[in-house]
Amino acid sequence: MVEAATIAPPLGARSTLGIDTLVWGVGLALLALFGLLLAEMFAAGLPVLSLEFITGEASDAGRSGGISAVLVSTLWVVALAVGIALPLALGTALYISEYLGRGSTLYRLIHGSLDVLSAVPSVVFGLFGNAVFCELLGLGYSLAAGALTLVCMIVPVMVKASVDGLTAVPTELRAAGSALALSKPALIGHIVLPAALPGVASGVLLGVARALAETAALLFTSGYVLRMPDSPLDSGRTLSIHIYDLAMNVAGGDRFAYGSATVLVILLLMINGAIALVSSYAHRRTTDS
Amino acid sequence: MVSDRLLHSLLALFAALAAGLLLLVVGFIAQEALGLLQQLGVGAFLFHGEWQPYAGRFGLLPMLLTSLLLMLGAVAIATPLAVVGAACINFYLGRHSAILARRLVEIAAGIPSVVYGLWGLTLLVPLLAAIKQPGASLLAGMMVLALMILPTIVVVVDAGLRALPTHYRENAEALAIRRSGFVFAIALPAVRGSVITGATLAAARAIGETMVVMMVTGNLVQLPGSLFDPVRALTANIALEMAYAMDEHRSALYVSSLFLLLFAVALVLTNQLLLGWRGRHG
Amino acid sequence: MDRRTFLAGSCLGLLAFTWECGAEESVKLLATGSSTVAPLVAELARRFEQSHPTIRIDVQTGGSSRGVADARRGVVDFGMVSRALKTNESDLYVTTLANDGVSVIVHADNPVQALSRADLIALYRGEIDDWGRLGGKVGEPPVVVTKAAGRSTLELFASYLEMPPEELKAAIVIGDNQQGIKTVAGNPNAVGYVSIGAALQAMAAGTPIKVLPMNGIPATLEAVADGSFPISRPLNVVTRQPPNGALAQFLDFALAQAQSDIVVAMSFVPRHGQ
Repeated sequence: MVEAATIAPPLGARSTLGIDTLVWGVGLALLALFGLLLAEMFAAGLPVLSLEFITGEASDAGRSGGISAVLVSTLWVVALAVGIALPLALGTALYISEYLGRGSTLYRLIHGSLDVLSAVPSVVFGLFGNAVFCELLGLGYSLAAGALTLVCMIVPVMVKASVDGLTAVPTELRAAGSALALSKPALIGHIVLPAALPGVASGVLLGVARALAETAALLFTSGYVLRMPDSPLDSGRTLSIHIYDLAMNVAGGDRFAYGSATVLVILLLMINGAIALVSSYAHRRTTDS
Repeated sequence: MVSDRLLHSLLALFAALAAGLLLLVVGFIAQEALGLLQQLGVGAFLFHGEWQPYAGRFGLLPMLLTSLLLMLGAVAIATPLAVVGAACINFYLGRHSAILARRLVEIAAGIPSVVYGLWGLTLLVPLLAAIKQPGASLLAGMMVLALMILPTIVVVVDAGLRALPTHYRENAEALAIRRSGFVFAIALPAVRGSVITGATLAAARAIGETMVVMMVTGNLVQLPGSLFDPVRALTANIALEMAYAMDEHRSALYVSSLFLLLFAVALVLTNQLLLGWRGRHG
Repeated sequence: MDRRTFLAGSCLGLLAFTWECGAEESVKLLATGSSTVAPLVAELARRFEQSHPTIRIDVQTGGSSRGVADARRGVVDFGMVSRALKTNESDLYVTTLANDGVSVIVHADNPVQALSRADLIALYRGEIDDWGRLGGKVGEPPVVVTKAAGRSTLELFASYLEMPPEELKAAIVIGDNQQGIKTVAGNPNAVGYVSIGAALQAMAAGTPIKVLPMNGIPATLEAVADGSFPISRPLNVVTRQPPNGALAQFLDFALAQAQSDIVVAMSFVPRHGQ
């Protein structure tokens, strides 16, 4: 602290003013830019929104009607992906935080491989999913193949958030559990997991957000079919792919592309709100205890 | 009641599976790529300038360099702006405007990338074309990517700044250090780790982005001579050709994803190195 | 251990959630191929499914050559191909659903009213650096737009120019029709080529582009219909065996006069005329 202050010579009034202006300028310009972008998207998208748009069946290649089939496909893919990824991620997170020492080689290995996995471009996951789930396992273009591909993409972020939640569990709580002579599984089940729940929940929501926004990986795995799916083995298009297709493949599809994008952003907003709620709840609980 | 040993092995299995996902991805990509790699040798992909898949020429060099340049350019544009933006939110805006600004940035981080691409294609590219034709260019790609990754960096740096102990600011005030002095000499250097992490996250997103890049860079396979030249990124190439590719051509696209995987490894290692270096010298 | 069993083992956990539900006696037809034909087949299929609830038709895109290859390997029930079949593809059975033309587009503000075949060859050889030489604005360089390798639109246009597809030089390479249209609409100096249907629909939606005549023949659906338009192509469905069963039912349905409104709505030319 004191050291940092002595490094920085007291700045003259004029140069301070310059720096302040710069910070204000950059900050406000950025906020204005994103504000404008969002306003433009909402201006084009909000007029399209209606009950008919949400619940209706698409017709004329998506240029009229609604996006019910797209929403159901999206729900299938996201729910399946998160449903499969959650036990995997939670188990991994528990293993890392409860059984592995921070500095151990195994810890670094698992951590490193998850770090790399989260940096892999989504289009590579698309090729992987296409080769493995669609062709080798014979799932074809299907919601299931898309979901399995997404599992690989969202496990890292879910593990990370869950580990954060687990390590944030107050040591007093663990000590209390140990004092009661609880076995390790009981300690985890009765004390650690409930306390870490908010972290796990925010991990799930981050996974959902990533799955919702994905386009490239699903292009080669869950496909384009614009019809209400009957089962996860049907092909179906998610919101992001629908937006892409309307904007790039369908003449006069822009209006509905913006409408669908608005729906997607509203969904993400709701998820962000849920994350904020969960973490403020967690904050309250840890400060109370 | 589950025994400790059983739980331990069960969780270890899960962890092995999760960590094994990477091996699975690398393994399968490599398997699809290996045949052609052995047949032609790595040199055919690295040192050949031409990509003509129908004539059996699979030079990836121009696209590899393009992907790297796009990433570096986008990160170089976005990082300083994002850091200053995060500082503005934390230390300049009032309490309530800061909350509002954070929401705005979070929503911006959630805008589907296709929308950024549309915006780039219909607004930015024509604007650049007015300066120098054809508009769709390396620069257009860098700018749209920078815009797209900016919110991510702001979110990470902002979280770092918020986690700074409050006594930093109190001490600075006690020493009568001005706000700008505090921000640039104390607060921002203290969150260097967050800046590095945010920039790495953003770099991964920039090099992996597919749709946006395909929409604004012009997709011409060539070594860029200037920022205004149209170029094609590795990811865009996969998206453009995968659905049309068969046999060798398809394998060549898997070879290009192998290179993308190498980029991912390199990014993570760079991040570790920078953070480690900071740990020793920071 | 072969890779299939290895994989099956390692993915068992992941697969616990997926199941086969083939209980109902439904038929599913799978199609891949041309992204130009795909929306047409998808719309025809949507109407067909309403009157044939036990048959479902899944349409995935991927280009004409993919459609040919998949149909030949038998991995799909039919392939979609947006060009006439080549001589080495005569083993496949062909059904033509509609016809389409390919025409040159420029920005609406471009004063050029027509480009001859020689002009286009010069443009796509990269020999023109000034629109003034072709009757456009003097001092403005043309920005040439072409389609990415593998698209039959590119192959068709290249064969009209009598050039090998890979020799077409351009400043911008695009994937999808709309990307081409948006690129030309955003650049007063751009020139590109797209499906006439896509161009006419975009113009109807107010996009600032202009379709140029080819060899002096205006780019209209009528000119495609009477065969006078220089670059036209059949939109085909191909199968390995003569269509039978559900597929034959669908193709009969698709070719019926009653469905020509769908073809017209997509700005293609029905086989029956309009």
